[in-house]
Amino acid sequence: MRAPSAELPIEFDGVTVAAGSVTILDNISLALLPGAPTVLIGPNGSGKSTLLRVAMGLLAPTRGRITWGGLEHVPPLKRAIVFQRPAMLRRSAAANIRFALRAAGIPRAEHARRVYELLELVGLAHLADRAARRLSGGEQQRLALARALARDPAVLFLDEPTASLDPVATKAVEDIIRTVSERNIKVVMATHDLGEARRLAGDVVMLHRGRIVEAADAASFFDRPQTAEAKTFLAGELLV
Amino acid sequence: MNMLTRRLVIAAAALVFAGHASAQEKSIVVASTTSTQDSGLFGHLLPMFKAKTGIDVKVVAQGTGQALDTARRGDADVVFVHAKPAEEKFLSEGFGVKRYPVMYNDFVLIGPKSDPAGVKGSKDIVAALGAIKEKGSDFISRGDKSGTHQAELNLWKVAGIDIAKEKGPWYKEIGQGMGAALNTASASNAYVLADRGTWLSFKNRGDLVISVEGDKRLFNQYGVMLVNPEKHPSVKKDIGQQFIDWLVSAEGQKAIADYKINGEQLFYPNASDSGA
Amino acid sequence: MSHDATALQLVLSGDPALFSIVRLSLYVSLSAVVLAALIGIPLGAWIALTKFPGRQGVIVMLNALMGLPPVVVGLAVYLSLSRSGPLGAFGLLFTPGAMIIAQTVLVAPIIAALTRQTIEDLWIEYRDELTAMNLGPVGRVTALIWDARFSLVTALLAGFGRAAAEVGAIIIVGGNIEGFTRTMTTAIALETSKGDLPLAVGLGLVLIAIVVAVNALAWTARRAGERLAG
Repeated sequence: MRAPSAELPIEFDGVTVAAGSVTILDNISLALLPGAPTVLIGPNGSGKSTLLRVAMGLLAPTRGRITWGGLEHVPPLKRAIVFQRPAMLRRSAAANIRFALRAAGIPRAEHARRVYELLELVGLAHLADRAARRLSGGEQQRLALARALARDPAVLFLDEPTASLDPVATKAVEDIIRTVSERNIKVVMATHDLGEARRLAGDVVMLHRGRIVEAADAASFFDRPQTAEAKTFLAGELLV
Repeated sequence: MNMLTRRLVIAAAALVFAGHASAQEKSIVVASTTSTQDSGLFGHLLPMFKAKTGIDVKVVAQGTGQALDTARRGDADVVFVHAKPAEEKFLSEGFGVKRYPVMYNDFVLIGPKSDPAGVKGSKDIVAALGAIKEKGSDFISRGDKSGTHQAELNLWKVAGIDIAKEKGPWYKEIGQGMGAALNTASASNAYVLADRGTWLSFKNRGDLVISVEGDKRLFNQYGVMLVNPEKHPSVKKDIGQQFIDWLVSAEGQKAIADYKINGEQLFYPNASDSGA
Repeated sequence: MSHDATALQLVLSGDPALFSIVRLSLYVSLSAVVLAALIGIPLGAWIALTKFPGRQGVIVMLNALMGLPPVVVGLAVYLSLSRSGPLGAFGLLFTPGAMIIAQTVLVAPIIAALTRQTIEDLWIEYRDELTAMNLGPVGRVTALIWDARFSLVTALLAGFGRAAAEVGAIIIVGGNIEGFTRTMTTAIALETSKGDLPLAVGLGLVLIAIVVAVNALAWTARRAGERLAG
C-alpha cells in the first residue's frame, strides 16, 4: 500500500496539441484525482493515446498547461506507461524487469527480490528466463505491466492494454489492473472496449475528435449519459 | 575524460605501442632494394650478423628511389642500394655520412626462348636494345626509379635512344619491383632487364631464358650509407655503423661471396675497390 | 620460411615462421577491430540518436568512408608517422603499431556506419519505452548497444574481414619486414612478386581458412547468445 503522492492531481488546463494544421487535442481541461481508475473511452482517433502521452509527460502541449501536484515540468520518476504494443528488450523476461529497476535507480541489492515479486504479481514467474520476444502477446503485455510497476509509480497509464488479447489473457491483465488499483496506484486507462470500461472504471472521460464530450463517474455515465455523442457511442453505433 | 574512457585510451595505446617495445632492443632499419631481398641475400646475411652482434636488422625492401626517399625522411638508419649517381646525389644533399662500396653483381637481359628480336647469345647489350626497339618486341621496364630502372634508362641512352620519346606500345612500364617485372615478362613473353641475383632465385620462369650477358656495361654496383644523424637525430648511428662495418669487413665480404643458388654465386664483394 | 616447401607442408610441420606470420596477422587485424569498435560504436550510436545540423551529410560521408581505398590510407598514415611527419616522434613507422593504426582508420568507418544504421532502426522501436523510463542519453545508448549486440557483432566481423584481407595499407606503413611486420597478405604479395606462386596460393588458402574460422566462431557465439536471449 502506498500513501497518496505529490504526482496527483494531474491537471490539464486548456491543453491543445496540434501537429501542423491537424488538431489532435482541443482545449482539454481535466483533473485526474487519486482514487479509482479513470477510463478514457471514445472512437479510434479521438485523441486518447495523445492525452495519455501528455499526462505521462512524453508530449508537450502546443497550448495550455499541464501540472502534476500543482507543479509544471515534473520529471516522470513516479509515473509509468504501458503502450499498446510494448517493445520487448532482447533479453529474458526477468532481465527486462531488471533493466526497468536499474533505470528507476532501485539499488542493486533489491533487484532479485523485486523481480520475483513483480513476476509473481503478473503471473510470469515460471517464464522468468524465457526470452521476452518469445512470449505470447498476453504474456508480453503482462511483462510490460511488471516493467512499469518496477519503478513503484504513483500513476500508471495504460494505452489499450487488452486490445490485441484473447479473453483469457484479457482477464489476466484486468485482474492485475484491479490489484494495482487496490494498492492505491492511480490507473488511467484508454480503451475502446465498453465492457472493459464498465468492469474497471471509477470515472469515465469520453473523447471525440480531440475534445471531452462527457466526463462523469462510471455509474452516472453508463446509466444516464447526458450528451448525444455519449448516447450514440453507448448504443454501439458508429460515432463519426 | 572519465575513468572508463581513460582506461580505454591506455589500453588502446598499449595495443598500438606493443610492437614498439622490441624496437628498444638493438635494432636498425635498413632501407634497401628489392633485389637484395628477393634474391635471398639478406636471408643469408642477417642471421649471421645477428648471431654475432645481437642486432636485429629490419629490412624495408623498396626500389632504390623509394629507399633513398625513406632515408631522406629519416625513417631508416642505413640505406643499401645500387645506383651510384643517385647515392652520390644523396650524399651531396647531406643526408648520408659516407658511401661504402659493398658488392657488385651484373644485370642480364632476360627474354623469351623464341627470341623475337634475335638477340639471344649476344654479348652486346646496347646492340640488343637497339634490335628490340627496331623490331618492337615487348619489353618490360621497372618504371619505379629503382637502381635497375636507372641502369636500364642509362643503357637506352648509351644506345642512342631517347626512350621517353621513342617508346611505343611494346615498351611497358609497370612501376613495380623485380619479381613483379619478371612475372609480367614471363606472362607476356617479353624482354626484361634483371639483376642476376633475382633471376637466379626466381621460380616462375615460364619460357624465359638469359638472352644477353657478360657486357661490361651490365655491371651493377651496390653501396651502403649511414643516414646522417645531423639531419635526423633519431638515426641509430652506432649500431648502424656496426652493420656497415660488418658488411665491408673480411667476414661480411666472405659471407656475401658464399651466398650461392644452385652452386652459382650471385654477388661479388668489392668493398676494397675504392673506385667502385 | 623454407621456399621449397608448399604451404601445406609448412602448416603440418608447424613451421615457426609461418605461425609467427599468422599470429601477427591476427594480432594486427583483431587489434584494429577492437580499436575501431571503441571508436566506431559510440560514434555510430551518437549519430543515430542525436539531431544536429548537417546530420544527413555526415551520414552520407560515413557511408562513403566505408570504401576508403587502403593504399590511400596507407600513404596518409605513412606520411603522418614518418620521422619527417607530424607524428614522427613516436617512431611508429615500420612497426606493427603503424599497421594497427592504418587498419583502424580503414575499419572504424565501417563499424560506425553499420552501428548507426542498426541503432537508428532499433531506436525507432524502443523510443517510447526508453523515453518513458526517463533514461538519460548514456542509459539509452548502452541499452540500445546491448540490445543490438548481435547486429553489432556482424558489423565487427565485416570490419575484421576488411582488415584481414587488405594489403595496400599495411605494406606501406609496415614495410613488410621479415619476422616483424610481415603478415599473411604481405607475405602473399612478396611470394607472388618473387615468382613463388604455389607458396603464395597456399598462403592464400591458409588466410581464407583463418577468416572462415573466425566467422564460424562468431556465428556459433551468436547462435548461442540468441538462444539465450531471443
